Amino acid sequence: MHTTTTRQKSHADAAIAVIFSAAGSTQKQQPKKGGGEGGEADAKGPQKLAKKGKELKEDMDALVDEIDEVLEENAEEFVKNYVQRGGE
Amino acid sequence: MAIAKVMGTEVEYGITIKGDPDFDPISSCVLLVNAYREDHAGEILWDYDQENPLADARGFQVDGEKYTPNQQENIARNKTLVNGARYYVDHAHPEYSCPEVTNVRDLVIHEKAGERILEMSRREANALLPPPAQMLIYKNNSDRKGNSYGSHENYLMDRRTSFKQIVEHLMPFFVTRQIFCGAGKVGAENRSQAVDFQISQRADFFETEVALDTMVKRPIINTRDEPHADREKYRRLHVIVGDANLSEYTIYLRNGVTSLVLSMIEDGAIGKSLSLRDPVRAIKEVSHDPTCRSALQMDNGKRMSAVELQAAYLDMALAYTASGSTDPIVADVISKWEHALECLRRDPMELDGKIDWVMKKSMIESFMERKSLDWQSPQVEMLDLQYHDLRPDKGLYYLLERQGRAERIVDDAEISAAVRMPPQDTRAYFRGECLRKYGDAVFGVNWDSISFGVDGEPIKRILMAEPLKGTKAHVEELLESSPTAADLVKNLRA
Repeated sequence: MHTTTTRQKSHADAAIAVIFSAAGSTQKQQPKKGGGEGGEADAKGPQKLAKKGKELKEDMDALVDEIDEVLEENAEEFVKNYVQRGGE
Repeated sequence: MAIAKVMGTEVEYGITIKGDPDFDPISSCVLLVNAYREDHAGEILWDYDQENPLADARGFQVDGEKYTPNQQENIARNKTLVNGARYYVDHAHPEYSCPEVTNVRDLVIHEKAGERILEMSRREANALLPPPAQMLIYKNNSDRKGNSYGSHENYLMDRRTSFKQIVEHLMPFFVTRQIFCGAGKVGAENRSQAVDFQISQRADFFETEVALDTMVKRPIINTRDEPHADREKYRRLHVIVGDANLSEYTIYLRNGVTSLVLSMIEDGAIGKSLSLRDPVRAIKEVSHDPTCRSALQMDNGKRMSAVELQAAYLDMALAYTASGSTDPIVADVISKWEHALECLRRDPMELDGKIDWVMKKSMIESFMERKSLDWQSPQVEMLDLQYHDLRPDKGLYYLLERQGRAERIVDDAEISAAVRMPPQDTRAYFRGECLRKYGDAVFGVNWDSISFGVDGEPIKRILMAEPLKGTKAHVEELLESSPTAADLVKNLRA
Protein backbone atom coordinates (compact mmCIF):
# COMPACT_ATOMS: atom_id res chain seq x y z
CA MET A 1 0.00 0.00 0.00
CA HIS A 2 1.51 3.35 -0.94
CA THR A 3 1.15 6.45 1.19
CA THR A 4 -1.39 8.25 -1.03
CA THR A 5 -4.02 5.61 -0.46
CA THR A 6 -3.43 5.58 3.30
CA ARG A 7 -3.83 9.33 3.34
CA GLN A 8 -7.00 9.13 1.26
CA LYS A 9 -8.43 6.51 3.57
CA SER A 10 -7.74 8.45 6.76
CA HIS A 11 -9.06 11.57 5.05
CA ALA A 12 -12.27 9.72 4.28
CA ASP A 13 -12.40 8.48 7.88
CA ALA A 14 -12.02 12.02 9.17
CA ALA A 15 -14.77 13.17 6.83
CA ILE A 16 -17.11 10.47 8.13
CA ALA A 17 -16.28 11.39 11.75
CA VAL A 18 -17.01 15.08 11.13
CA ILE A 19 -20.35 14.32 9.52
CA PHE A 20 -21.42 12.03 12.32
CA SER A 21 -20.40 14.35 15.11
CA ALA A 22 -22.38 17.12 13.41
CA ALA A 23 -25.36 14.78 13.16
CA GLY A 24 -25.37 14.19 16.92
CA SER A 25 -25.55 11.17 19.16
CA THR A 26 -25.49 7.64 17.89
CA GLN A 27 -28.07 6.53 20.38
CA LYS A 28 -31.44 5.45 19.16
CA GLN A 29 -33.71 8.35 19.98
CA GLN A 30 -37.33 8.24 20.91
CA PRO A 31 -39.44 11.07 19.57
CA LYS A 32 -40.52 13.68 22.08
CA LYS A 33 -44.19 13.25 22.72
CA GLY A 34 -46.40 15.72 24.53
CA GLY A 35 -49.38 13.45 25.25
CA GLY A 36 -49.92 13.25 28.99
CA GLU A 37 -51.71 10.66 31.05
CA GLY A 38 -54.99 12.54 31.63
CA GLY A 39 -57.95 11.15 33.49
CA GLU A 40 -56.83 11.99 37.03
CA ALA A 41 -59.70 13.28 39.08
CA ASP A 42 -57.66 15.25 41.60
CA ALA A 43 -57.69 19.01 42.11
CA LYS A 44 -54.33 19.39 40.41
CA GLY A 45 -55.77 18.19 37.03
CA PRO A 46 -56.28 21.55 35.31
CA GLN A 47 -52.95 22.84 36.62
CA LYS A 48 -51.19 19.80 35.22
CA LEU A 49 -52.81 20.30 31.84
CA ALA A 50 -51.87 23.95 31.78
CA LYS A 51 -48.29 23.04 32.64
CA LYS A 52 -48.29 20.40 29.90
CA GLY A 53 -49.66 22.94 27.45
CA LYS A 54 -46.90 25.36 28.39
CA GLU A 55 -44.26 22.66 27.96
CA LEU A 56 -45.62 21.78 24.56
CA LYS A 57 -45.55 25.40 23.50
CA GLU A 58 -41.99 25.82 24.71
CA ASP A 59 -41.07 22.64 22.94
CA MET A 60 -42.57 23.91 19.71
CA ASP A 61 -40.89 27.28 20.15
CA ALA A 62 -37.55 25.55 20.63
CA LEU A 63 -38.04 23.63 17.40
CA VAL A 64 -39.06 26.71 15.45
CA ASP A 65 -36.05 28.64 16.80
CA GLU A 66 -33.69 25.88 15.71
CA ILE A 67 -35.23 25.77 12.26
CA ASP A 68 -35.04 29.53 11.98
CA GLU A 69 -31.32 29.41 12.60
CA VAL A 70 -30.63 27.11 9.67
CA LEU A 71 -33.41 27.93 7.21
CA GLU A 72 -32.21 29.43 3.95
CA GLU A 73 -32.48 33.20 4.25
CA ASN A 74 -33.46 34.08 0.70
CA ALA A 75 -36.24 31.53 0.57
CA GLU A 76 -38.18 33.04 -2.31
CA GLU A 77 -35.17 33.35 -4.62
CA PHE A 78 -33.75 29.98 -3.65
CA VAL A 79 -36.98 28.12 -4.28
CA LYS A 80 -37.44 29.95 -7.58
CA ASN A 81 -33.94 28.92 -8.70
CA TYR A 82 -34.29 25.29 -7.70
CA VAL A 83 -34.98 23.65 -11.05
CA GLN A 84 -34.21 20.05 -11.95
CA ARG A 85 -34.18 18.10 -15.19
CA GLY A 86 -36.73 15.34 -15.35
CA GLY A 87 -35.34 12.01 -14.22
CA GLU A 88 -36.68 8.50 -13.99
CA MET B 1 -43.15 -20.87 -2.71
CA ALA B 2 -42.08 -17.27 -2.22
CA ILE B 3 -38.38 -16.73 -2.81
CA ALA B 4 -36.08 -14.62 -0.67
CA LYS B 5 -36.83 -10.98 -1.26
CA VAL B 6 -33.41 -9.75 -2.22
CA MET B 7 -33.80 -6.03 -2.69
CA GLY B 8 -32.11 -2.74 -3.39
CA THR B 9 -33.01 0.88 -3.98
CA GLU B 10 -31.80 3.40 -6.55
CA VAL B 11 -32.17 7.02 -5.51
CA GLU B 12 -31.87 9.95 -7.92
CA TYR B 13 -30.83 13.04 -6.01
CA GLY B 14 -31.59 16.67 -6.82
CA ILE B 15 -28.55 18.84 -7.42
CA THR B 16 -28.08 22.58 -7.58
CA ILE B 17 -25.27 25.09 -7.39
CA LYS B 18 -26.17 28.01 -5.15
CA GLY B 19 -24.74 31.21 -6.53
CA ASP B 20 -24.68 29.91 -10.12
CA PRO B 21 -28.15 29.83 -11.71
CA ASP B 22 -26.69 28.76 -15.08
CA PHE B 23 -24.87 25.72 -13.76
CA ASP B 24 -24.78 22.64 -15.95
CA PRO B 25 -26.30 19.74 -14.03
CA ILE B 26 -24.55 16.98 -15.96
CA SER B 27 -21.02 18.28 -15.48
CA SER B 28 -21.87 19.07 -11.84
CA CYS B 29 -22.94 15.46 -11.39
CA VAL B 30 -19.73 14.22 -12.97
CA LEU B 31 -17.74 16.47 -10.66
CA LEU B 32 -19.68 15.19 -7.67
CA VAL B 33 -19.39 11.51 -8.45
CA ASN B 34 -15.67 11.78 -9.20
CA ALA B 35 -15.05 13.74 -6.02
CA TYR B 36 -15.69 10.56 -4.05
CA ARG B 37 -12.40 8.73 -3.98
CA GLU B 38 -11.87 5.17 -2.91
CA ASP B 39 -8.53 3.44 -2.65
CA HIS B 40 -9.20 1.09 -5.49
CA ALA B 41 -10.49 3.78 -7.82
CA GLY B 42 -9.15 2.80 -11.17
CA GLU B 43 -10.61 3.24 -14.60
CA ILE B 44 -13.50 0.83 -14.42
CA LEU B 45 -16.31 0.61 -16.93
CA TRP B 46 -19.94 -0.07 -16.19
CA ASP B 47 -20.61 -3.06 -18.39
CA TYR B 48 -23.72 -2.09 -20.38
CA ASP B 49 -23.39 -5.05 -22.69
CA GLN B 50 -26.03 -7.24 -21.06
CA GLU B 51 -28.44 -4.46 -20.25
CA ASN B 52 -31.83 -4.52 -21.90
CA PRO B 53 -34.02 -1.65 -20.75
CA LEU B 54 -36.43 -2.13 -23.66
CA ALA B 55 -37.60 -5.57 -22.59
CA ASP B 56 -41.15 -5.41 -21.27
CA ALA B 57 -42.39 -7.80 -18.60
CA ARG B 58 -45.61 -8.30 -20.53
CA GLY B 59 -43.57 -10.32 -22.99
CA PHE B 60 -42.30 -8.15 -25.80
CA GLN B 61 -39.39 -5.98 -26.81
CA VAL B 62 -39.84 -2.32 -27.58
CA ASP B 63 -38.11 -0.85 -30.59
CA GLY B 64 -35.71 1.88 -29.72
CA GLU B 65 -32.26 3.22 -29.19
CA LYS B 66 -30.39 1.82 -26.23
CA TYR B 67 -28.15 4.48 -24.79
CA THR B 68 -24.55 3.41 -24.15
CA PRO B 69 -21.91 6.01 -23.35
CA ASN B 70 -18.46 5.77 -24.95
CA GLN B 71 -15.60 4.50 -22.81
CA GLN B 72 -14.38 7.88 -21.55
CA GLU B 73 -17.88 9.02 -20.70
CA ASN B 74 -18.58 5.66 -19.09
CA ILE B 75 -15.61 5.82 -16.78
CA ALA B 76 -16.34 9.43 -15.86
CA ARG B 77 -19.97 8.74 -15.01
CA ASN B 78 -19.88 5.37 -13.31
CA LYS B 79 -18.33 4.39 -10.03
CA THR B 80 -18.71 0.99 -8.44
CA LEU B 81 -17.82 1.10 -4.79
CA VAL B 82 -16.16 -1.33 -2.38
CA ASN B 83 -19.46 -1.68 -0.51
CA GLY B 84 -20.95 -3.11 -3.71
CA ALA B 85 -22.96 -0.01 -4.58
CA ARG B 86 -23.17 1.81 -7.88
CA TYR B 87 -22.75 5.57 -7.75
CA TYR B 88 -23.25 7.29 -11.08
CA VAL B 89 -24.69 10.01 -13.22
CA ASP B 90 -28.16 9.18 -14.55
CA HIS B 91 -29.28 11.81 -17.06
CA ALA B 92 -28.90 14.99 -15.00
CA HIS B 93 -28.97 13.50 -11.53
CA PRO B 94 -26.47 11.81 -9.28
CA GLU B 95 -27.81 8.37 -8.49
CA TYR B 96 -26.92 5.89 -5.80
CA SER B 97 -27.93 2.26 -6.16
CA CYS B 98 -27.27 0.42 -2.96
CA PRO B 99 -25.90 -3.12 -2.98
CA GLU B 100 -28.26 -6.09 -2.89
CA VAL B 101 -29.49 -6.98 0.60
CA THR B 102 -31.56 -9.86 1.98
CA ASN B 103 -33.58 -8.00 4.60
CA VAL B 104 -35.14 -4.62 5.21
CA ARG B 105 -32.94 -3.68 8.13
CA ASP B 106 -29.86 -3.93 5.90
CA LEU B 107 -31.79 -2.00 3.28
CA VAL B 108 -32.23 0.91 5.69
CA ILE B 109 -28.53 0.77 6.60
CA HIS B 110 -27.37 0.77 3.00
CA GLU B 111 -29.75 3.40 1.71
CA LYS B 112 -28.59 5.64 4.57
CA ALA B 113 -24.95 4.86 3.75
CA GLY B 114 -25.76 6.27 0.32
CA GLU B 115 -26.75 9.57 1.92
CA ARG B 116 -23.39 9.69 3.72
CA ILE B 117 -21.52 9.02 0.51
CA LEU B 118 -23.44 11.72 -1.34
CA GLU B 119 -22.70 14.20 1.46
CA MET B 120 -19.00 13.30 1.58
CA SER B 121 -18.64 13.75 -2.16
CA ARG B 122 -20.58 17.01 -1.99
CA ARG B 123 -18.06 18.39 0.49
CA GLU B 124 -15.15 17.29 -1.67
CA ALA B 125 -16.73 18.72 -4.82
CA ASN B 126 -17.39 22.03 -3.06
CA ALA B 127 -13.72 22.41 -2.30
CA LEU B 128 -13.17 22.48 -6.06
CA LEU B 129 -15.83 25.06 -6.86
CA PRO B 130 -14.91 28.75 -7.01
CA PRO B 131 -16.60 30.64 -4.16
CA PRO B 132 -19.33 31.71 -3.66
CA ALA B 133 -20.62 28.78 -5.70
CA GLN B 134 -21.87 26.03 -3.43
CA MET B 135 -23.15 22.61 -4.47
CA LEU B 136 -26.25 21.39 -2.69
CA ILE B 137 -27.86 17.94 -2.84
CA TYR B 138 -31.45 16.98 -2.04
CA LYS B 139 -32.95 13.57 -1.43
CA ASN B 140 -36.38 14.34 -2.86
CA ASN B 141 -38.43 13.87 -6.04
CA SER B 142 -39.75 17.19 -7.24
CA ASP B 143 -38.70 20.78 -7.96
CA ARG B 144 -42.16 22.42 -7.90
CA LYS B 145 -41.67 23.34 -11.55
CA GLY B 146 -43.20 20.20 -13.01
CA ASN B 147 -40.04 18.08 -13.03
CA SER B 148 -39.76 14.85 -11.13
CA TYR B 149 -36.98 12.35 -10.48
CA GLY B 150 -37.28 8.96 -8.92
CA SER B 151 -36.52 6.85 -5.91
CA HIS B 152 -36.84 3.30 -7.14
CA GLU B 153 -37.11 0.01 -5.32
CA ASN B 154 -36.13 -3.38 -6.68
CA TYR B 155 -37.40 -6.72 -5.44
CA LEU B 156 -36.37 -10.19 -6.54
CA MET B 157 -39.29 -12.37 -7.51
CA ASP B 158 -39.93 -15.86 -8.79
CA ARG B 159 -40.36 -15.58 -12.55
CA ARG B 160 -43.15 -18.13 -12.52
CA THR B 161 -45.47 -15.63 -10.83
CA SER B 162 -47.64 -14.21 -13.56
CA PHE B 163 -47.13 -10.55 -14.24
CA LYS B 164 -50.88 -10.14 -14.60
CA GLN B 165 -51.34 -11.36 -11.01
CA ILE B 166 -48.63 -9.01 -9.82
CA VAL B 167 -50.37 -6.06 -11.48
CA GLU B 168 -53.82 -6.93 -10.13
CA HIS B 169 -52.76 -7.39 -6.52
CA LEU B 170 -50.13 -4.71 -6.37
CA MET B 171 -52.04 -1.83 -7.95
CA PRO B 172 -54.33 -1.02 -4.98
CA PHE B 173 -51.41 -1.54 -2.62
CA PHE B 174 -49.22 0.95 -4.49
CA VAL B 175 -52.01 3.51 -4.73
CA THR B 176 -52.50 3.47 -0.95
CA ARG B 177 -49.18 2.63 0.72
CA GLN B 178 -48.21 6.30 0.54
CA ILE B 179 -50.20 6.87 3.75
CA PHE B 180 -47.22 5.41 5.62
CA CYS B 181 -44.51 5.94 2.94
CA GLY B 182 -45.11 9.41 1.57
CA ALA B 183 -42.46 12.13 1.98
CA GLY B 184 -44.96 14.99 1.91
CA LYS B 185 -45.15 17.95 -0.42
CA VAL B 186 -46.34 21.54 -0.33
CA GLY B 187 -48.63 22.32 -3.26
CA ALA B 188 -49.60 20.36 -6.36
CA GLU B 189 -47.97 19.79 -9.77
CA ASN B 190 -48.42 18.47 -13.24
CA ARG B 191 -51.84 20.04 -13.78
CA SER B 192 -53.26 18.38 -10.66
CA GLN B 193 -55.86 20.10 -8.55
CA ALA B 194 -54.40 22.70 -6.22
CA VAL B 195 -53.78 21.63 -2.63
CA ASP B 196 -51.95 23.13 0.34
CA PHE B 197 -50.10 20.01 1.34
CA GLN B 198 -50.17 16.47 0.06
CA ILE B 199 -48.87 13.12 1.23
CA SER B 200 -46.69 12.09 -1.71
CA GLN B 201 -43.98 13.90 -3.70
CA ARG B 202 -44.62 11.70 -6.73
CA ALA B 203 -48.38 11.06 -6.89
CA ASP B 204 -49.16 14.00 -9.20
CA PHE B 205 -46.76 12.65 -11.80
CA PHE B 206 -48.40 9.28 -12.43
CA GLU B 207 -50.44 9.22 -15.60
CA THR B 208 -50.88 5.56 -16.54
CA GLU B 209 -51.43 2.27 -14.79
CA VAL B 210 -48.92 -0.08 -16.41
CA ALA B 211 -46.14 0.88 -18.82
CA LEU B 212 -42.46 0.62 -19.70
CA ASP B 213 -41.40 4.29 -19.66
CA THR B 214 -40.04 5.83 -16.48
CA MET B 215 -39.72 9.44 -17.56
CA VAL B 216 -42.90 10.47 -19.33
CA LYS B 217 -46.48 9.32 -18.76
CA ARG B 218 -45.19 7.55 -15.70
CA PRO B 219 -46.92 4.27 -14.77
CA ILE B 220 -47.87 3.17 -11.28
CA ILE B 221 -46.51 -0.23 -12.17
CA ASN B 222 -43.41 -0.30 -14.34
CA THR B 223 -42.88 -3.21 -16.69
CA ARG B 224 -39.11 -2.99 -17.10
CA ASP B 225 -37.81 -6.53 -17.36
CA GLU B 226 -34.08 -6.54 -16.73
CA PRO B 227 -33.49 -9.13 -14.03
CA HIS B 228 -29.69 -8.67 -13.85
CA ALA B 229 -29.83 -12.31 -12.83
CA ASP B 230 -30.74 -15.72 -14.23
CA ARG B 231 -33.72 -14.74 -16.35
CA GLU B 232 -35.15 -18.25 -16.41
CA LYS B 233 -35.64 -18.11 -12.67
CA TYR B 234 -35.96 -14.49 -11.65
CA ARG B 235 -37.86 -11.33 -12.14
CA ARG B 236 -36.65 -8.03 -10.77
CA LEU B 237 -39.71 -5.96 -10.00
CA HIS B 238 -38.73 -2.35 -10.67
CA VAL B 239 -40.87 -0.02 -8.57
CA ILE B 240 -40.97 3.67 -9.46
CA VAL B 241 -44.02 4.82 -7.53
CA GLY B 242 -42.31 5.62 -4.21
CA ASP B 243 -40.98 8.79 -2.67
CA ALA B 244 -37.44 9.49 -1.52
CA ASN B 245 -37.57 8.93 2.23
CA LEU B 246 -35.31 10.23 4.97
CA SER B 247 -37.00 8.75 8.01
CA GLU B 248 -35.50 5.32 8.77
CA TYR B 249 -38.85 4.20 10.17
CA THR B 250 -40.52 5.10 6.88
CA ILE B 251 -37.90 3.38 4.70
CA TYR B 252 -38.25 0.31 6.92
CA LEU B 253 -42.03 0.18 6.51
CA ARG B 254 -41.88 0.98 2.82
CA ASN B 255 -39.58 -1.87 1.83
CA GLY B 256 -40.62 -4.17 4.66
CA VAL B 257 -44.33 -4.13 3.91
CA THR B 258 -43.87 -4.14 0.12
CA SER B 259 -41.56 -7.16 0.16
CA LEU B 260 -44.05 -9.00 2.38
CA VAL B 261 -46.94 -8.23 0.03
CA LEU B 262 -44.85 -9.49 -2.89
CA SER B 263 -44.17 -12.76 -1.07
CA MET B 264 -47.89 -13.08 -0.49
CA ILE B 265 -48.57 -12.56 -4.18
CA GLU B 266 -46.01 -15.22 -5.03
CA ASP B 267 -47.70 -17.65 -2.63
CA GLY B 268 -51.19 -16.87 -3.88
CA ALA B 269 -52.11 -15.48 -0.47
CA ILE B 270 -53.95 -12.40 -1.73
CA GLY B 271 -57.46 -13.78 -1.72
CA LYS B 272 -59.45 -10.60 -2.11
CA SER B 273 -59.97 -8.50 -5.15
CA LEU B 274 -59.28 -4.96 -4.06
CA SER B 275 -59.16 -3.42 -7.53
CA LEU B 276 -59.86 0.26 -7.84
CA ARG B 277 -62.02 1.72 -10.60
CA ASP B 278 -59.42 4.33 -11.54
CA PRO B 279 -56.00 3.88 -9.91
CA VAL B 280 -54.43 6.91 -11.59
CA ARG B 281 -57.15 9.16 -10.22
CA ALA B 282 -57.11 7.42 -6.84
CA ILE B 283 -53.37 7.83 -6.27
CA LYS B 284 -53.82 11.59 -6.41
CA GLU B 285 -56.98 11.47 -4.37
CA VAL B 286 -55.14 9.65 -1.59
CA SER B 287 -52.18 12.01 -1.78
CA HIS B 288 -54.31 15.15 -1.67
CA ASP B 289 -56.08 14.03 1.50
CA PRO B 290 -53.83 14.23 4.58
CA THR B 291 -56.77 13.15 6.77
CA CYS B 292 -56.64 9.77 4.97
CA ARG B 293 -60.42 9.49 5.04
CA SER B 294 -61.29 9.88 1.37
CA ALA B 295 -63.40 6.94 0.15
CA LEU B 296 -62.00 5.51 -3.07
CA GLN B 297 -64.17 4.00 -5.78
CA MET B 298 -63.56 0.26 -6.14
CA ASP B 299 -64.23 -1.83 -9.21
CA ASN B 300 -66.88 -3.80 -7.34
CA GLY B 301 -68.97 -0.67 -6.78
CA LYS B 302 -68.05 -0.23 -3.13
CA ARG B 303 -65.92 2.49 -1.61
CA MET B 304 -62.96 2.02 0.71
CA SER B 305 -60.54 4.49 2.24
CA ALA B 306 -56.77 4.08 1.83
CA VAL B 307 -56.54 3.00 5.48
CA GLU B 308 -59.24 0.35 4.97
CA LEU B 309 -57.51 -0.95 1.87
CA GLN B 310 -54.18 -1.23 3.66
CA ALA B 311 -55.97 -2.90 6.58
CA ALA B 312 -57.29 -5.51 4.15
CA TYR B 313 -53.71 -6.28 3.10
CA LEU B 314 -52.63 -6.36 6.74
CA ASP B 315 -55.38 -8.86 7.59
CA MET B 316 -54.19 -11.14 4.84
CA ALA B 317 -50.61 -10.72 6.02
CA LEU B 318 -51.59 -11.71 9.55
CA ALA B 319 -53.24 -14.84 8.22
CA TYR B 320 -50.25 -15.54 5.97
CA THR B 321 -47.79 -15.38 8.85
CA ALA B 322 -50.04 -17.02 11.47
CA SER B 323 -48.77 -20.55 10.97
CA GLY B 324 -45.14 -21.39 11.45
CA SER B 325 -42.36 -19.19 12.75
CA THR B 326 -42.00 -15.78 11.21
CA ASP B 327 -38.69 -14.07 10.69
CA PRO B 328 -38.29 -11.55 13.57
CA ILE B 329 -37.74 -8.63 11.19
CA VAL B 330 -40.91 -9.50 9.26
CA ALA B 331 -42.80 -9.79 12.56
CA ASP B 332 -41.52 -6.37 13.58
CA VAL B 333 -42.52 -4.87 10.22
CA ILE B 334 -46.05 -6.25 10.61
CA SER B 335 -46.30 -4.89 14.13
CA LYS B 336 -45.24 -1.41 13.02
CA TRP B 337 -47.55 -1.55 10.00
CA GLU B 338 -50.44 -2.42 12.30
CA HIS B 339 -49.52 0.42 14.65
CA ALA B 340 -49.30 2.86 11.75
CA LEU B 341 -52.77 1.95 10.49
CA GLU B 342 -54.24 2.30 13.98
CA CYS B 343 -52.78 5.79 14.25
CA LEU B 344 -53.94 6.73 10.77
CA ARG B 345 -57.46 5.67 11.67
CA ARG B 346 -57.54 7.98 14.68
CA ASP B 347 -55.35 10.89 13.65
CA PRO B 348 -52.45 10.65 11.19
CA MET B 349 -50.51 13.26 13.16
CA GLU B 350 -49.97 10.59 15.84
CA LEU B 351 -47.29 9.28 13.48
CA ASP B 352 -45.14 12.36 14.02
CA GLY B 353 -41.60 11.14 14.57
CA LYS B 354 -42.15 8.04 12.47
CA ILE B 355 -43.44 8.86 8.99
CA ASP B 356 -41.81 11.48 6.76
CA TRP B 357 -44.97 13.26 5.51
CA VAL B 358 -46.37 13.60 9.02
CA MET B 359 -43.06 14.87 10.41
CA LYS B 360 -42.79 17.40 7.63
CA LYS B 361 -46.39 18.58 8.00
CA SER B 362 -46.06 18.88 11.76
CA MET B 363 -42.82 20.83 11.47
CA ILE B 364 -44.24 23.20 8.85
CA GLU B 365 -47.46 23.78 10.79
CA SER B 366 -45.52 24.63 13.96
CA PHE B 367 -43.44 27.09 11.99
CA MET B 368 -46.47 28.61 10.24
CA GLU B 369 -48.32 29.09 13.52
CA ARG B 370 -45.43 30.75 15.28
CA LYS B 371 -44.59 33.03 12.36
CA SER B 372 -48.15 33.65 11.11
CA LEU B 373 -47.44 32.30 7.65
CA ASP B 374 -49.67 30.46 5.21
CA TRP B 375 -49.13 27.55 2.86
CA GLN B 376 -48.21 29.86 -0.01
CA SER B 377 -45.37 31.60 1.85
CA PRO B 378 -41.90 31.20 0.34
CA GLN B 379 -40.53 30.05 3.70
CA VAL B 380 -43.03 27.21 3.72
CA GLU B 381 -41.85 26.15 0.26
CA MET B 382 -38.30 26.41 1.54
CA LEU B 383 -39.11 24.19 4.53
CA ASP B 384 -40.51 21.61 2.11
CA LEU B 385 -37.24 21.58 0.19
CA GLN B 386 -34.82 21.93 3.08
CA TYR B 387 -36.32 18.90 4.82
CA HIS B 388 -34.44 16.93 2.14
CA ASP B 389 -31.12 18.83 2.28
CA LEU B 390 -28.27 16.39 2.84
CA ARG B 391 -26.09 18.73 4.89
CA PRO B 392 -26.23 17.36 8.46
CA ASP B 393 -26.16 20.86 9.94
CA LYS B 394 -28.82 22.33 7.61
CA GLY B 395 -31.06 19.46 6.52
CA LEU B 396 -34.33 19.68 8.44
CA TYR B 397 -34.86 15.93 8.69
CA TYR B 398 -31.42 15.70 10.31
CA LEU B 399 -32.36 18.54 12.63
CA LEU B 400 -35.43 16.60 13.77
CA GLU B 401 -33.28 13.50 14.23
CA ARG B 402 -30.74 15.44 16.28
CA GLN B 403 -33.52 16.75 18.50
CA GLY B 404 -34.81 13.26 19.21
CA ARG B 405 -37.90 13.85 17.05
CA ALA B 406 -37.24 11.03 14.61
CA GLU B 407 -37.58 7.42 15.64
CA ARG B 408 -34.68 5.41 14.33
CA ILE B 409 -34.34 1.80 13.26
CA VAL B 410 -30.56 1.49 12.89
CA ASP B 411 -27.61 3.41 14.33
CA ASP B 412 -24.81 5.58 13.01
CA ALA B 413 -22.13 2.95 13.60
CA GLU B 414 -23.93 0.49 11.34
CA ILE B 415 -24.41 3.12 8.66
CA SER B 416 -20.81 4.26 8.69
CA ALA B 417 -19.60 0.65 8.45
CA ALA B 418 -21.79 0.17 5.39
CA VAL B 419 -20.09 3.08 3.63
CA ARG B 420 -17.12 0.78 3.04
CA MET B 421 -18.36 -2.74 3.63
CA PRO B 422 -20.72 -4.73 1.43
CA PRO B 423 -23.53 -6.89 2.82
CA GLN B 424 -22.15 -10.33 3.58
CA ASP B 425 -25.06 -12.38 2.37
CA THR B 426 -25.47 -11.47 -1.30
CA ARG B 427 -23.30 -11.31 -4.43
CA ALA B 428 -22.58 -7.68 -3.46
CA TYR B 429 -19.97 -9.19 -1.17
CA PHE B 430 -18.03 -10.70 -4.05
CA ARG B 431 -18.32 -7.52 -6.10
CA GLY B 432 -17.19 -5.25 -3.28
CA GLU B 433 -14.35 -7.47 -2.14
CA CYS B 434 -13.07 -7.91 -5.69
CA LEU B 435 -12.98 -4.14 -6.08
CA ARG B 436 -11.23 -3.70 -2.76
CA LYS B 437 -8.69 -6.42 -3.39
CA TYR B 438 -8.13 -6.37 -7.14
CA GLY B 439 -9.30 -2.86 -8.07
CA ASP B 440 -6.42 -2.25 -10.48
CA ALA B 441 -7.23 -5.36 -12.45
CA VAL B 442 -10.99 -4.79 -12.72
CA PHE B 443 -12.01 -3.85 -16.26
CA GLY B 444 -15.79 -3.65 -15.99
CA VAL B 445 -18.66 -4.30 -13.61
CA ASN B 446 -22.40 -4.84 -13.75
CA TRP B 447 -24.84 -6.17 -11.19
CA ASP B 448 -24.46 -9.71 -12.50
CA SER B 449 -20.86 -9.81 -13.69
CA ILE B 450 -17.35 -8.56 -13.06
CA SER B 451 -14.57 -8.53 -15.66
CA PHE B 452 -10.85 -8.60 -15.15
CA GLY B 453 -8.08 -7.44 -17.44
CA VAL B 454 -5.00 -9.43 -16.52
CA ASP B 455 -1.57 -8.95 -18.06
CA GLY B 456 -2.56 -8.29 -21.66
CA GLU B 457 -4.79 -11.37 -21.72
CA PRO B 458 -8.31 -11.20 -23.11
CA ILE B 459 -10.82 -9.78 -20.63
CA LYS B 460 -12.28 -12.45 -18.37
CA ARG B 461 -15.90 -11.88 -17.42
CA ILE B 462 -17.13 -13.70 -14.33
CA LEU B 463 -20.88 -14.18 -14.31
CA MET B 464 -22.85 -13.69 -11.12
CA ALA B 465 -26.35 -14.66 -12.16
CA GLU B 466 -27.43 -15.73 -8.67
CA PRO B 467 -28.00 -12.84 -6.27
CA LEU B 468 -27.58 -15.16 -3.28
CA LYS B 469 -24.29 -16.67 -4.42
CA GLY B 470 -20.97 -14.87 -3.98
CA THR B 471 -21.64 -14.32 -0.30
CA LYS B 472 -18.94 -14.21 2.34
CA ALA B 473 -19.66 -17.85 3.19
CA HIS B 474 -19.24 -18.83 -0.45
CA VAL B 475 -16.17 -16.89 -1.48
CA GLU B 476 -14.13 -15.89 1.56
CA GLU B 477 -11.78 -18.81 1.22
CA LEU B 478 -11.48 -18.36 -2.53
CA LEU B 479 -10.57 -14.69 -2.09
CA GLU B 480 -8.10 -15.47 0.66
CA SER B 481 -6.34 -18.00 -1.50
CA SER B 482 -6.17 -15.62 -4.48
CA PRO B 483 -3.65 -12.84 -3.85
CA THR B 484 -4.08 -11.47 -7.39
CA ALA B 485 -6.86 -11.28 -9.96
CA ALA B 486 -4.94 -13.76 -12.11
CA ASP B 487 -5.01 -16.20 -9.17
CA LEU B 488 -8.73 -15.62 -8.74
CA VAL B 489 -9.49 -16.38 -12.36
CA LYS B 490 -7.26 -19.44 -12.25
CA ASN B 491 -8.88 -20.70 -9.03
CA LEU B 492 -12.37 -20.16 -10.40
CA ARG B 493 -11.50 -22.29 -13.40
CA ALA B 494 -10.10 -25.11 -11.27
